[in-house]
Amino acid sequence: MPMDNKEKFEALDRVIDELKHEQGALMPIMQRAQEIFGYLPEEVQSHIAKGLDIPLSDVYGVATFYAQFKLKPIGKYNIGICLGTACYVKGAQLVLNRLEEVLGVKAGETTPDGLFTLNATRCLGACGLAPVMMVNDDVYGRLTPDQVPGIIAKYRLAEKA
Amino acid sequence: MDLIRAHVMVCGGTGCTSSNSAGVIAEFERLLAEKGMDNEVKVVRTGCFGLCEAGPVVIIYPEGAFYSHVKVTDVPRIVEEHLIKGRIVKDLLYKEAIEEEKIKSLDKVDFYKKQKRVALRNCGVIDPENIDEYIAFDGYRALGKCITEMTRKEVIDVILKSGLRGRGGAGFPTGLKWRFAYNSQSDKKYVCCNADEGDPGAFMDRSVLEGDPHVVLEAMAIAGYAIGSDQGYIYCRAEYPIAVKRLQIAINQAREYGLLGKNIFGTDFSFDIEVRLGAGAFVCGEETALMVSIEGNRGEPRPRPPFPAVKGLFGKPTILNNVETYANVPQIINKGWEWFASMGTEKSKGTKVFALGGKINNTGLVEVPMGTTLREIIYDIGGGCPNGKKFKAAQTGGPSGGCIPASQLDVQIDYDNLTAIGSMMGSGGMIVMDEDNCMVDIARFFLDFTVDESCGKCAPCRIGTKRMLEILDRIVNGQGRDGDIEKLEELATTIKSTALCGLGQTAPNPVLSTLKYFRDEYEAHIYEKRCPAGQCKALVSYKIDPDKCKGCTLCARNCPANCISGRVREPHVIDNTKCLKCGTCIEKCRFGAITKG
Repeated sequence: MPMDNKEKFEALDRVIDELKHEQGALMPIMQRAQEIFGYLPEEVQSHIAKGLDIPLSDVYGVATFYAQFKLKPIGKYNIGICLGTACYVKGAQLVLNRLEEVLGVKAGETTPDGLFTLNATRCLGACGLAPVMMVNDDVYGRLTPDQVPGIIAKYRLAEKA
Repeated sequence: MDLIRAHVMVCGGTGCTSSNSAGVIAEFERLLAEKGMDNEVKVVRTGCFGLCEAGPVVIIYPEGAFYSHVKVTDVPRIVEEHLIKGRIVKDLLYKEAIEEEKIKSLDKVDFYKKQKRVALRNCGVIDPENIDEYIAFDGYRALGKCITEMTRKEVIDVILKSGLRGRGGAGFPTGLKWRFAYNSQSDKKYVCCNADEGDPGAFMDRSVLEGDPHVVLEAMAIAGYAIGSDQGYIYCRAEYPIAVKRLQIAINQAREYGLLGKNIFGTDFSFDIEVRLGAGAFVCGEETALMVSIEGNRGEPRPRPPFPAVKGLFGKPTILNNVETYANVPQIINKGWEWFASMGTEKSKGTKVFALGGKINNTGLVEVPMGTTLREIIYDIGGGCPNGKKFKAAQTGGPSGGCIPASQLDVQIDYDNLTAIGSMMGSGGMIVMDEDNCMVDIARFFLDFTVDESCGKCAPCRIGTKRMLEILDRIVNGQGRDGDIEKLEELATTIKSTALCGLGQTAPNPVLSTLKYFRDEYEAHIYEKRCPAGQCKALVSYKIDPDKCKGCTLCARNCPANCISGRVREPHVIDNTKCLKCGTCIEKCRFGAITKG
């Protein structure tokens, strides 16, 4: 059962109460908040700022500094194509190009139907399988651009089913 | 207790997990339970074996049979034949692991022959989620020895004399760092572990955390005793979920056994460890930025001095060491500094782990004594470049390092030699490139990375690297101008000498090293509008050799842009104005008739 908005804020309050007395609590709280909400909209950021009694600008500063924090909602399927060095020299850019073509969005964007978010990520540390892509927790290794349409179709099909 | 007659070791590192080793483990467990053999055969999920190329990897003891590329559908055969009937399934063995019908022991296989596993000692050997297995392999003995038999000064002396240097990249003597922090007077001190492995193409820290997490905890506790600290922090990348989970399990187990927490081994020494997650900022691998990030702020570096050993985390004296550095510490205490100092070169002792990737046959993790040559790593261990391609360069040190050309293959690898030839040790990523890789494009790739990851605090890094990237972008797009190379060199020199932190100071290295060894490629791009490696799209055109083309139409049918035309059994032509330069036609052509240049 997914939480409604009120329950999410209650969950966030519990996290703030649990962590606020620790040194350096801001980032762990924001990480937990993102787990709860999926991203960090302005009202969540200001809720955290109030809870910790710090300026909203501090929260916003941290949220925009780190790549992990999202200010916009992400798609149901989060695609991360690794552009680490090992993947890059083995042609990850070509896989990314094909992904952009098939999904009709650029890296960093979400498809209009809210299904897929496409990201070019940092090294995933699975260099032995280069080039590598992740769709949520599923890992696809030793990719060629030709495999892209089939993989995307699989998720689209699962949605229709 | 049941008598276990066979052990099935399945790699649970990230590489093998990605190729579904979890499914292989589940299938083994299911079948063994079904056949009532789960009390005589034990399945162990271990850390990384190193040979990621062959994953998922399964080793069955006592025979030591090394199975590679194991699929879930292979498991029934292995159980039926090997575990029940005692017949090794030869066609599933790693290609080199068998010789004249006899199993070759692992240390005789080319990939492992020249390796010496010190930091990776337990990876692939023990179950990382079981503290008893770590203890059975001398785990926590060094910690016991330090706090019950040695003074704090003696511990620092041993580390100092061993010659251990920081494995995170810069190579600062570890013992010296500890001594500085020891000498700082304060009511509170901190021990930090840098597990924010950000260099693209480096995954040794991840493998240690996933395969042997207790070694890091033990070493941090030793460091805590040595400098007089009771609190440790591990700053780990959030992108490493398996490592984070195993660290947390290890910490809980160590607390339960009284190896972390209050009054360890009944002494008055107390030490505990907390894990903090990074949030995807490369600059947080820099020590001052990392500490600011643990404090919960934007991870921007600050000028040094004061050094962290004097004023670090939360304003208190702090030491920060890298995962691989810590992984060496307990063995130095157990086996003595003389043992450690007997390995390596004059100024770089011990071993170094490299993550071998890119255009190389045996991708994976290798650990070799310092002083091993690049040639030994790439050819003897790595098996050279695939498909008979020619080796062009090895990139070490990530975005801070450089490219080492074929002419330097016989250089003995250590901190000082790598710096002398324009690269650096870095955390140990080693990406191999072959003749198809364009060195200007690689330099551009790293600058793109740095520009993206620059925190923006100081102008040389924020503005300077951006300007360099713009020039490189122009060059690879065929718009290079006379004077670009000189401008790149001038910018590089200025940034190196004026940027605030290590990220900025080393950011120009990929450009400088490729300029040093591959200047002709830059010149070809700028003056001849030509990419010698055939990689830069704007400078490449595809051609069909009419003498070789048989008119089979295969290329035309596969071309996504429909830009190949021609009649059946007549030579085809490519319309380069429409061509996407995707390379599909070259892959499909069976007659080698299509070339790019």
